[in-house]
Amino acid sequence: MNKVDEHHDPHLAHHFDTPVQQYSSAKVGMWVFLATEILMFGGLFCAYAVYRGTHPEVFLYANHFLDTNLGAINTVVLLTSSLTMAWAVRAAQLGQQKLLVGLLFLTLLGGFGFMGIKTIEYTSKYKHGLWVGTENAFYYKSDSFTNPEKLVGAVEYGESHNAVTPSTESTDSLSEQIKDVAQNDEQVNQPQAVLPTDAQTNIPEANQGPVGLSTQFGRNEGDAAAYNYPEKKPLTYEDLTPQQRTLVSQFFQIYFLMTGLHGIHVLVGMALIFWLLIRSMLGTFGPKYFVPVDLVGLYWHIVDLIWIFLFPLLYLIH
Amino acid sequence: MSWLFTLDHKRIGILYMIAVLTFFLVGGIFAIVLRVMLALPIADAGNQMGMEMNDTRAIVHSQNATVPDEALNLIFNPGQRTPEELQTDVEAVLTDTAAKNPNANVPIVDYAQLNEARTAAAGNYATKLNNHNTLYNQSFTLHGAVMVFLFIIPAIPAIIGNFVLPLMLGAKDVAFPRLNLASWYCYMGGAIFFIWVLGKGIMNYIVPTLERVWGGGGLDTGWTFYTPYSTETNTAVVAATGGAFILGFSSILTAVNFIASIHMLRPKNMTWFRMPLMLWALYATAVIQILATPVLAITLLLLIAERVLHVGIFDPALGGDPILYQHFFWFYSHPAVYIMILPAMGIVSEVISVFSRKHIFGYAFIACSSMAIAILGFLVWGHHMFTSGQSELLNAVFSIITMLVAIPSAIKVFNWLTTMYNGSIRLDSPMLYALGFIWLFTIGGLTGIYCATLAVNIHIHDTYFIVAHFHYVMVGSTLFAFLAGMHYWWPKMFGKMYSERWAQIGWFLVFVGFNVTFFIQFIMGALGMPRRYATYIDKYQIYHHISTGGSLILTVGLFLVLFVWIHSLLRGKQAPANPWGANSLEWHTVSPPPHANFDHAPPATDPYDYSHWRWKPEIEGYILDEASEPEERQAMAHNDS
Repeated sequence: MNKVDEHHDPHLAHHFDTPVQQYSSAKVGMWVFLATEILMFGGLFCAYAVYRGTHPEVFLYANHFLDTNLGAINTVVLLTSSLTMAWAVRAAQLGQQKLLVGLLFLTLLGGFGFMGIKTIEYTSKYKHGLWVGTENAFYYKSDSFTNPEKLVGAVEYGESHNAVTPSTESTDSLSEQIKDVAQNDEQVNQPQAVLPTDAQTNIPEANQGPVGLSTQFGRNEGDAAAYNYPEKKPLTYEDLTPQQRTLVSQFFQIYFLMTGLHGIHVLVGMALIFWLLIRSMLGTFGPKYFVPVDLVGLYWHIVDLIWIFLFPLLYLIH
Repeated sequence: MSWLFTLDHKRIGILYMIAVLTFFLVGGIFAIVLRVMLALPIADAGNQMGMEMNDTRAIVHSQNATVPDEALNLIFNPGQRTPEELQTDVEAVLTDTAAKNPNANVPIVDYAQLNEARTAAAGNYATKLNNHNTLYNQSFTLHGAVMVFLFIIPAIPAIIGNFVLPLMLGAKDVAFPRLNLASWYCYMGGAIFFIWVLGKGIMNYIVPTLERVWGGGGLDTGWTFYTPYSTETNTAVVAATGGAFILGFSSILTAVNFIASIHMLRPKNMTWFRMPLMLWALYATAVIQILATPVLAITLLLLIAERVLHVGIFDPALGGDPILYQHFFWFYSHPAVYIMILPAMGIVSEVISVFSRKHIFGYAFIACSSMAIAILGFLVWGHHMFTSGQSELLNAVFSIITMLVAIPSAIKVFNWLTTMYNGSIRLDSPMLYALGFIWLFTIGGLTGIYCATLAVNIHIHDTYFIVAHFHYVMVGSTLFAFLAGMHYWWPKMFGKMYSERWAQIGWFLVFVGFNVTFFIQFIMGALGMPRRYATYIDKYQIYHHISTGGSLILTVGLFLVLFVWIHSLLRGKQAPANPWGANSLEWHTVSPPPHANFDHAPPATDPYDYSHWRWKPEIEGYILDEASEPEERQAMAHNDS
């Protein structure tokens, strides 16, 4: 035991017997760490599930404001970068230096692309006033929130930077206007959401106290009907009760928290890939030593995987 | 300096020890502050009232007149009277006195001045009471938060686990030494946040003007940071939760390290069911840390977002649900109870077997029950919320699963008792602490059944019964097992023996002090004394006095333990490699172990087979009896050479 290996590997730490053992340990450690990442996002998925369950109409309504096309493009960008990352691991294992550098560069570019598109999305949300926090969210500024005319004004203002005085008819066709706004965003084929026939559902009002996980929930006779969606019909702002309109913010709180935390992870991943890129240009990695590339690759795939869940939950489900 | 950059798991363990014990002292000081405040609240209130009475009396007496007590009583206890009614009644008393005793110099009371003085005094008293309550609230919060996040959770895994885990595996270090050091720095970083919060709060209390300089500090939410209060209080919730978030990283990094080490660094002949039970316990603990800590992380992030951005995840006015916070919080914090107690059980398993000179009874059951507790621990969080308004069905389900945890816990206790049965028991200090653990854990566990029973829970909810229960389970068990482990591995860690006699006296004081402090709280709680109150009605005073007395005994005991350790470091005898005759691998190397732990990694055999260790009086330790070594070991030794 403890014999000095004649082919002594400079990357082998003193407390490991073989490079294989060291490599496997690193992998075990990384997988365990990734499990913690999944569980951390699990809390947010849980919050999403709870509030979607308690306020389904609100989610159906609010998700119209997200740009599915941009989301889809981002999904493709991230998936592609995942491919180049996986390929980079292979290139490192085979000692293909130039290929490795190129693939890492492409992966990093994917990260930049993703964050760039994310920035465009966030900026447009901000312009629309769809932002976290009671101070900034337009639905809490009582005049714009309680009065749909001003809401439309706010949305249009965000688009044109030019205050439009909405006509009185506009209150009757808010969804049309939102669709117009969506078309300006090249968001043509926005699927229509559905609403229960009876717009006055019996979902408990949130400001009466805890809902959802409390005994109050599920006790009202109308609840079952609220989930049956017997007739498809476009969802408009007027269909929402005042309480539900207040709750529109909740969708965006969850949207920003989930995509925000995911975005931070993308940034961390980009920093790691940048570090790999520098090291790979110095020729550090090769068939004997590629563990960092492998581990960062695993991390990048997890980031990708989480997005794969975020995209349909936030953008697609109606 | 080399210590601050060390990658040696033994040194990191000792760094942890210094830090954790320092914070234990801080948490302990706040515990004593609480107990002293609770022992004196009535007297304190009386003094305050007495001072006001003197002020007011001075106003009345300025005319050299005698004020009858009856009139003073009316003045100080006006009840529902308006000032005019009060004046009429007091005049009546004075007239009455003058009529009864014509010689008395009855004062002419200036009611306007009197009312003014009384209002001022009442305001003064209210301020003082408010300060008293603030100090109490901040003290119990800091006591709880520091003890939970900085002491009980990291104590055994980070100090003892870090030190002994690689040794028990026969390895040179943990799998990721640099991550191990990073974990210590995360711990210190998180701790600094806590201490900052603490320092600000206390300084604000001592020098109230400071609050204008640096804003509100302290923390008065309780260690649970419950919303909606935690989003509204003006104390430093963000700093504290930020600190807890960073501490979570420390916990996760340690757990990753332990899991990878146990999976990858076990020697070939140490199968899973040949690992010492301490390793099983640390493994189960690490699994919980991995699965639970990230949920706490996201909960704290959501709380910070709620507080800073008002995102409305937990605020009912914005459509959120504060009960969701409790679900999230307890999804971490109930398993955290098992993070505290599972490694404690590991230590007790080792100590009981060694000091009974008997093979541990039911090895596989103890090992598997650790994992069972780890798994069941994730399914019981709702029992913290029986009175929160969650559905009765949930309550019933959580109640049943909570009681199921008693099964693996009882398996362990019965196995320890059976191990001792017919053993040749030595009552050295580690064994005394282990026996203390069994005593306290049994009381804590049995009272846990009261808490898990729905109807009884309604009665004892938020009373001192709960306080006593969780102190028995969390503090009693963890602290006693921690002390058992420290005394057990002390010779290995520092290569010095300590004074056994004084260690035993220390144990006696700690054991008696602990039981006096907390057993009385079961009674107090059952009688209805609520927790988290700075003042109380007279009925409970005697119980609080006994409890405070016990806490002082406990303090003396703990300081005695500290002095025994310091004395051992300065004057202790050189420790032999194996002072207890244990057979797990850490005892096969010298004390303290060299940098790479072993000259030759010893072959792993049954860790609870003590038959081939012989007592050698010259070195006051045990040595391997080559002749009686098991064939397997001889065969392995042969293969190695």
